[in-house]
Amino acid sequence: MAKDIADSAEANLKLIEEVLAAYPDKAKKKRAKHLAVAQPLTEAEPGIQSKCDTVKSNIKSVPGVMTIRGCAYAGSKGVVWGPVKDMLHISHGPVGCGHYSWSQRRNYYTGTTGVDSFVTMQVTTDFQENDIVFGGDKKLEKSIDELNELFPLNKGISIQSECPIGLIGDDIEAVSKKKMKDIDKRIVPVRCEGFRGVSQSLGHHIANDMIRDWVLEAGEGARAGYVAGEYDVNIIGDYNIGGDAWSSRILLEEIGLNVIAQWSGDATIAEIERAPAAKLNLIHCYRSMSYICRHMEEKHGVPWMEYNFFGPSQIAASLRAIAAKFDAKIQANAEAVIAKYQPLVDAVNAKYKPRLEGKKVMLYVGGLRPRHVVDAYHDLGMEIVGTGYEFAHNDDYKRTGHYIKEGTLIYDDVSGYELEKFVEAIRPDLVGSGIKEKYNTQKMGIPFRQMHSWDYSGPYHGYDGYAIFARDMDLAINNPVWGMFDAPWKKSA
Amino acid sequence: MPQSAEKILDHKDLFKEPEYQAMLEKKRATYENATPAEKVAEVEDWTKSWDYREKNLARSCVTINPAKACQPLGAVFAAAGYDSTMSFVHGSQGCVAYYRSHLARHFKEPSSAVSSSMTEDAAVFGGLNNMIEGLANTYALYSPKMIAVSTTCMAEVIGDDLNSFIIKSKEKESVPADFPVPFAHTPAFVGSHVDGYDNMQKGILSTFWKDAPRTAGEGINIIPGFDGYAVGNIRELKRMLGVMGVEATILSDVSDVYDTPSDGEFRMYAGGTTQDEIKAALNAKATISLQEYCSRKTLAFAEEVGQQTAAFHYPMGVQATDELLMKLSELTGKEIPEQLRLERGRLIDAMADSQAYLHGKTYAIYGDPDFVYAMARFVMETGGEPKHCLATNGGKDWEEKMKALLASSPFGEGCQVWAGKDLWHLRSILATEPADLLIGNSYGKYLERDCNVPLIRLTFPIFDRHHHHRFPTFGYQGALNVLVKLLDTIFDKLDTESDISFDLTR
Repeated sequence: MAKDIADSAEANLKLIEEVLAAYPDKAKKKRAKHLAVAQPLTEAEPGIQSKCDTVKSNIKSVPGVMTIRGCAYAGSKGVVWGPVKDMLHISHGPVGCGHYSWSQRRNYYTGTTGVDSFVTMQVTTDFQENDIVFGGDKKLEKSIDELNELFPLNKGISIQSECPIGLIGDDIEAVSKKKMKDIDKRIVPVRCEGFRGVSQSLGHHIANDMIRDWVLEAGEGARAGYVAGEYDVNIIGDYNIGGDAWSSRILLEEIGLNVIAQWSGDATIAEIERAPAAKLNLIHCYRSMSYICRHMEEKHGVPWMEYNFFGPSQIAASLRAIAAKFDAKIQANAEAVIAKYQPLVDAVNAKYKPRLEGKKVMLYVGGLRPRHVVDAYHDLGMEIVGTGYEFAHNDDYKRTGHYIKEGTLIYDDVSGYELEKFVEAIRPDLVGSGIKEKYNTQKMGIPFRQMHSWDYSGPYHGYDGYAIFARDMDLAINNPVWGMFDAPWKKSA
Repeated sequence: MPQSAEKILDHKDLFKEPEYQAMLEKKRATYENATPAEKVAEVEDWTKSWDYREKNLARSCVTINPAKACQPLGAVFAAAGYDSTMSFVHGSQGCVAYYRSHLARHFKEPSSAVSSSMTEDAAVFGGLNNMIEGLANTYALYSPKMIAVSTTCMAEVIGDDLNSFIIKSKEKESVPADFPVPFAHTPAFVGSHVDGYDNMQKGILSTFWKDAPRTAGEGINIIPGFDGYAVGNIRELKRMLGVMGVEATILSDVSDVYDTPSDGEFRMYAGGTTQDEIKAALNAKATISLQEYCSRKTLAFAEEVGQQTAAFHYPMGVQATDELLMKLSELTGKEIPEQLRLERGRLIDAMADSQAYLHGKTYAIYGDPDFVYAMARFVMETGGEPKHCLATNGGKDWEEKMKALLASSPFGEGCQVWAGKDLWHLRSILATEPADLLIGNSYGKYLERDCNVPLIRLTFPIFDRHHHHRFPTFGYQGALNVLVKLLDTIFDKLDTESDISFDLTR
């Protein structure tokens, strides 16, 4: 094994060098800092397999290299605010941002769209040249009035700023304050202009800060008078993609906890307002919502802990760790729930492991999944040979070492060129990344699953989700289409 | 426990299971502070009333569910149709991720474009350094034969000047001095993706045509326009031209790059109009556009250099195809061959066979201005009656053209034209003045659900159905495909709604 690791580390380092050779010097120097292999630990630490934070992260993308990253608007509207279902979210500025992000993240919700829920709608101030020249505050004010008239059951409105807003000097905070009084509903201005920061990540942060300033600290709202129970918890950082938060919530409820708020998949603003009353914040996507957890800890005394509901090993470990924060009853419940689902896990593994064992996987996703899904693959007997993040920070790479063995290829903010070369050289059995990477990879004859949208499947969280995950990895890898790429008359003897 | 290894339930079925239903009900009742169901139902009914419609149509500021995208998407699409051309979008990087995703989701194909990744400092100091460094990287990594530069609204607001930036980048040796870097300013706050297409086309042609000597020849240039069906349509167009013996240059041919084979190789570039073809196209006798609203500036430029021009509104259906072929015949002196007359006859035959099911059906049609024009025209040719024609990116002149078209046929009587309106307007319109069928793109599925009107997906983007764009809608053959889609929907509806009359033969 140790020899294998040394071999793969050496091969991966050589590969990095080859790939970097194509760059002009300046870009080469910059990119070199983002590519590495997972290093051996200097000192053994329990539960940690390697050191992955030797790569630089959360740094500006190099111009012209085809970064896969998005922007702050995508982080705020697309991730944090967009799923809050009983609010209207205005894409404030030109039409494009709202259009391209319209209904694309599969944040499932219940409700009547266009009446009391609004997630799959595209609301925009559709800026024209005049709005750029004369400012858009008046248009925004009137837009809020129009929305409130047409959607009387809305519980609030968020303003998601697109690039021009911050450049032309609009005062969306003043508009928000004024209109809040006028219509007596929450209005949340978010300065998530796409040029801010280096990726989606700053958008998450800004969106979190606006929850803090314009919701949690701007009045108690639904929190007023709420008497919290001893088992009240929040799910934080689950966007209910394909129903992920639901297949997580069901487990938490089964072990006897009350989930009083889901942030922000299938969330209502009342849930967000009430959240600081909970006894514990359970955070799934650390990258996008750790900010607000720290705030609730400092301001409201709500402790928080990370958990991972991908794959049975991590689900069981997480359920036990969560239960450990509560009493013996909850702990016993957790054991009972783990035992209850074990036959399902065994049956899923019996069915799919023989079909997937030993298959090599490369991942390139956002700020959580490049590490969080690793053990789910391990549970199926699969191996991770490369992983990387679009918008992670150093603390994410640190945590990656919990999952990743040394010698694994690590790539931060990978460029299209690099990813293509890495995939070509390593030829994994599966790549898990996004829509922009899907078809390129498949053309090369390599199976692919979108790991942002679950490729329109899911949920992947929880035990129910694990079964779907296993099925999907199998159908991706073992479809007969991959065997038909070569025309028979062209096949070498 | 609903889940099992034998029969794995995903989101569609899993959440219908009693455990999940109970959980969701409890969530709603206990934590959501939800509006009571009766109130929701009451408001939902109101959203479908005339009163609501009036309030909705009176909106002057907010746009809800618009059927249009922004300029740079069109620019990226236009540039993709040129041989080994990389789109370089100057401005914020998130935009480029959006265009690439949008195109990939529709075509189920890779979509390549780069960004100059401007951030706060560039907002203050301008994006020149990003362009200098970015062009060098793009040139080194992706070996393009041309880099087509467009802009996001960020670069437009701060006023970056592409022309001088590109000159400076060349001085700094980002790319060789003679390397073609056409550009187009494509502000997202002006027009829509069809204008971005136009601006980039003009930008590319200007790069090769401006100040070049022109020797007027006999050639024909064809601009296809922004078209989600471009893969099938451009191939069908080329086939028709081949049958006619007309040698034409397609200016921006995306048919290969958005339809590459799976054979083990990822082709970032495939097919497309070559630079030699662009240069030679200057000498053409005429440039014709298949979509007027995608090419107004480009055609004006073609006229400036001395070419004849002609513009069509998406050659779909009988008369629209007739007109295109006759124009080509007039320009080239080539007869329209018997083969195409036979194809026309077969289309008419099919329309005659099915006319009983098509006659009098009413339609709501939305999409880009040229598409809506063509679709309404073809619907009328089948005896159908357009009731609502809507283009979010259609203006006053489009509205007038539509009205003239509708006035030309008794089947157009009573049709309303909705220029500049969005799909939330259309929801009110359909709820109060319904139509039998809705024609549009995937976003129409919300209208299909809310207004109970069957949706026929015939225009960009189509995300939730696969491969339609591989089959043409242009020409007589294309019209046959469109006809079958209309009929399939009509027959499916008939079967779903029939009990006694569940007929085997229709």
